[in-house]
Amino acid sequence: MLFKNVAELVKLADENNCRISEIMVRQEIDVTGLTREEIYSRMEKNLQIMESAVIRGLEGVKSRSGLTGGAAVLIKEYIKKGKTLSGEGILDAVSKAVATNEVNAAMGTICATPTAGSAGTVPGVLFAAKDILNPTREQMVEFLFTAGAFGLVVANNASISGAAGGCQAEVGTAAGMASAALVEMAGGTPQQSADAMAITLKNMLGLVCDPVAGLVEVPCVKRNAAGASNAMISADMALAGVTSRIPCDEVIDAMYRIGRAMPASLRETAEGGLASTPTAKKLEEQIFGKKKK
Amino acid sequence: MKYRSVSDIIGPIMIGPSSSHTAGAARIGANARSLFGKQPSHVKIIFYGSFAKTYKGHGTDVAIIAGLLGCDTFDPRIVEAYELAKEHNLQIEIIESEMHAPHPNTARIEMTDGTSNLEVVGISIGGGVIEIIEINGFPLKISGESPTLIIIHEERYGAIASVATMLANNQINIGHMEVSRKERGKEALMVIEVDQRIDNQLIEDLSKLDHVITITKMGV
Repeated sequence: MLFKNVAELVKLADENNCRISEIMVRQEIDVTGLTREEIYSRMEKNLQIMESAVIRGLEGVKSRSGLTGGAAVLIKEYIKKGKTLSGEGILDAVSKAVATNEVNAAMGTICATPTAGSAGTVPGVLFAAKDILNPTREQMVEFLFTAGAFGLVVANNASISGAAGGCQAEVGTAAGMASAALVEMAGGTPQQSADAMAITLKNMLGLVCDPVAGLVEVPCVKRNAAGASNAMISADMALAGVTSRIPCDEVIDAMYRIGRAMPASLRETAEGGLASTPTAKKLEEQIFGKKKK
Repeated sequence: MKYRSVSDIIGPIMIGPSSSHTAGAARIGANARSLFGKQPSHVKIIFYGSFAKTYKGHGTDVAIIAGLLGCDTFDPRIVEAYELAKEHNLQIEIIESEMHAPHPNTARIEMTDGTSNLEVVGISIGGGVIEIIEINGFPLKISGESPTLIIIHEERYGAIASVATMLANNQINIGHMEVSRKERGKEALMVIEVDQRIDNQLIEDLSKLDHVITITKMGV
């Protein structure tokens, strides 16, 4: 492995005077033995799947349980009216993140980034950035390599599993990956990418995994909306020159320790948090019938 | 380092809704089938931890079954796995265990086809990445850092040597190797971590060696 943490990743990119995506591609060649072309084409396939999921979700889907579906369409229509409070860019990212997770909840085809429950955040930001920064297809693929590099560090040094580390490990990680990649696409430095990731992750620390009825729907779909908007805001802050007082690697370590301290009821067991509210219990009964126990 | 490739993070392409509970489950099922070397006729699936609490909502059951029937993570037939199992004469028993498991996402799969049995324990560690941690009661220690071969074989002299020789002839270096058995002269297990990529042709050739019962490739 070329890099074990974010500091090494930034240092490598600086020393080689290249982008983080390039470091990720070099490492991938090293690890898999595949050619650069094969690695790019595999990532391009992921991009296509993400794009199809966004399109499908914006047309409107409904999950089997009936808990989610249709929110992406509402947001899209709302943006069209031309008067938004949080700005078109952020809402565009939100609508596309929600679209992806609505497709996921409907057992549609998605690309896990880094997980399925958090699959909307990275594409939401990427396809919103497409309309703002007008990247080439190749730059969009590179966005995913950069996001992947930061995600690898979290996966190896902390966790990307809700069952192990709560939602912070899933949507938190996804949002951090998206903000770091967005900074690079917008022309920021590797260190600014690391700062954006740190700022995003800091703002999502402590987020628990408490899916209603154990389904990846409520609150997962809307958490991706929060993840995407968090990523956009942090990227803007980093590009403005705002830095993180706590280095990115230490934030990742904090996330790991917070995850370890979370009780099992808040780690994807559907036994605590929102999952144990009276309404959630009622919904669970409607969907699965009376509880077995 | 449990995660090595960028495709562990961006990917897999999969049918929703959960990478650990759906895609990972499909991969545990597919690995179990590959270790068994054929399709079982009866399978008992025991869920622990988060798998036991939430498998219905995540489609963990259908995903494991689809994996056992040879489906990949993106196969739309995952949704109809119970019907698919009927078509393939696969009987299924699902058990929710309250017992403590080493990882919150743990599944034990007991397979039989009437003549042979195999028991596999898999954990899904996040993002669709899985580990097989036990085969027929043998605890497996796979670092996940290198391509790994898991070979179930008849315990005869020369079995280990023939595998090692074929690897050497293909210029593949063994980094770590463990052998274990339950009883002398019965089935045994080889776990071999290597430094180079192993292509499908070599897997095919290894599977044809005398005494090799099943061979499964894991890791990068």
